Amino acid sequence: MIRGLVVLLLLPAAATAWEPDFQPESGSRHLSPAVLEMQEDPVANPGMITVDYGRALFHRPDEEGRRCTDCHGEEGHRLDLDRIAGYPRYDPELERPITLQEQINRCWEERMDNFPYVYDCKELVGLETYVRHLARGRTIHVEVEGPMEPFFRAGERLYHTRFGQLDMACHHCHDLHRGARLRGQVLNQGQSNGFPVYRLSTGRVTSLHRRFSECLASFRAEPFLPGSDEYIDLEVYVTARGNGLKIETPAIRD
Amino acid sequence: MDIRPALLLLALLPLACPFASTATAQEAYVAWRREGWAIPEPLGGLKGDAERGRQLVIDRSKGNCLACHRMPIPEEPFHGTLGPPLHGVARRLSEGELRLRVVDQKQLNPETIMPGYYRHPRHFNRVAEPWRDRTVLSAQEVEDVVAYLLTLTGAAP
Repeated sequence: MIRGLVVLLLLPAAATAWEPDFQPESGSRHLSPAVLEMQEDPVANPGMITVDYGRALFHRPDEEGRRCTDCHGEEGHRLDLDRIAGYPRYDPELERPITLQEQINRCWEERMDNFPYVYDCKELVGLETYVRHLARGRTIHVEVEGPMEPFFRAGERLYHTRFGQLDMACHHCHDLHRGARLRGQVLNQGQSNGFPVYRLSTGRVTSLHRRFSECLASFRAEPFLPGSDEYIDLEVYVTARGNGLKIETPAIRD
Repeated sequence: MDIRPALLLLALLPLACPFASTATAQEAYVAWRREGWAIPEPLGGLKGDAERGRQLVIDRSKGNCLACHRMPIPEEPFHGTLGPPLHGVARRLSEGELRLRVVDQKQLNPETIMPGYYRHPRHFNRVAEPWRDRTVLSAQEVEDVVAYLLTLTGAAP
């Protein structure tokens, strides 16, 4: 009875990992009208080159002649796009969340019987960008309760942990100082709904884990590896923090 | 599993280390003493140079103060707005108070985003190799920046 009461008291606290009045907001809100127009125009958006590359891989036969389209249909029309908006999802077999990239790699390795790709390699980022682009406009909904909770909590801890010689956490820029200018760059909420994004500052399509590494390197910290447990936990937290936002891949960002 | 390559690396380790440590040698950490909300004495008794300090404040690999603060440095575009503007900061804060803020703002506000430019490196977490066991600025550079900040007595534009 008392235990039940304690659980009830803890439930609301467990559901609010951010400020009670937190409203997720896409980084697109800080784009200039010209850049926003470029992002929304499939001919002008430079990220579409990566989408086209991913699309080509999706339709390309492997050595045995198998193609992603065998199961998922031409243009992926048999893909469950709402399911894509729910990644990272808990995987009962691995007993941990897996990312969309890992799921693509698993198809490639197990269903198509190929040698697996390395996390964040060109091919996987291309396929991820293509598949997420298909799900553009779908609502992000990452599960944070049940078996996902410990991973969500681990991501939350990482998000608030100071790293590197400049001794900063994600939380400092994307919660405490969002809206302010870091030199020429406006700090946004650090949402993942547009990833992989085309970055104007580097001129390349950047995966979420690569972006984590760039942030850590900018405060002189040793980055974790793409696909590491740390980045997957952080992806769970950061993406769930944007539950309710629409997928915008490939978004354009500074 | 063949462990010979690993053993070879282990054997070479003592050879590699002396070079590594001399390549990254840094001056010994200068101890400082806080009095209230200030560090009244210059670090190591060093004298700051305001002109060098101005360069350090601009330099993105050193102070990079403009990333977060607006300052009377008109030739540099896009000053940051995370921190307070520093116009006239020398009229608001004493030399010792400025020094504490440059050395380790976390003494005043543990939640701050501001890096501790002379915070002891043992407090840092997972520092990338080139910066490991180092302060952000040297003691001399801290004094140069403080000397520059002391020249900021004018009003905001």
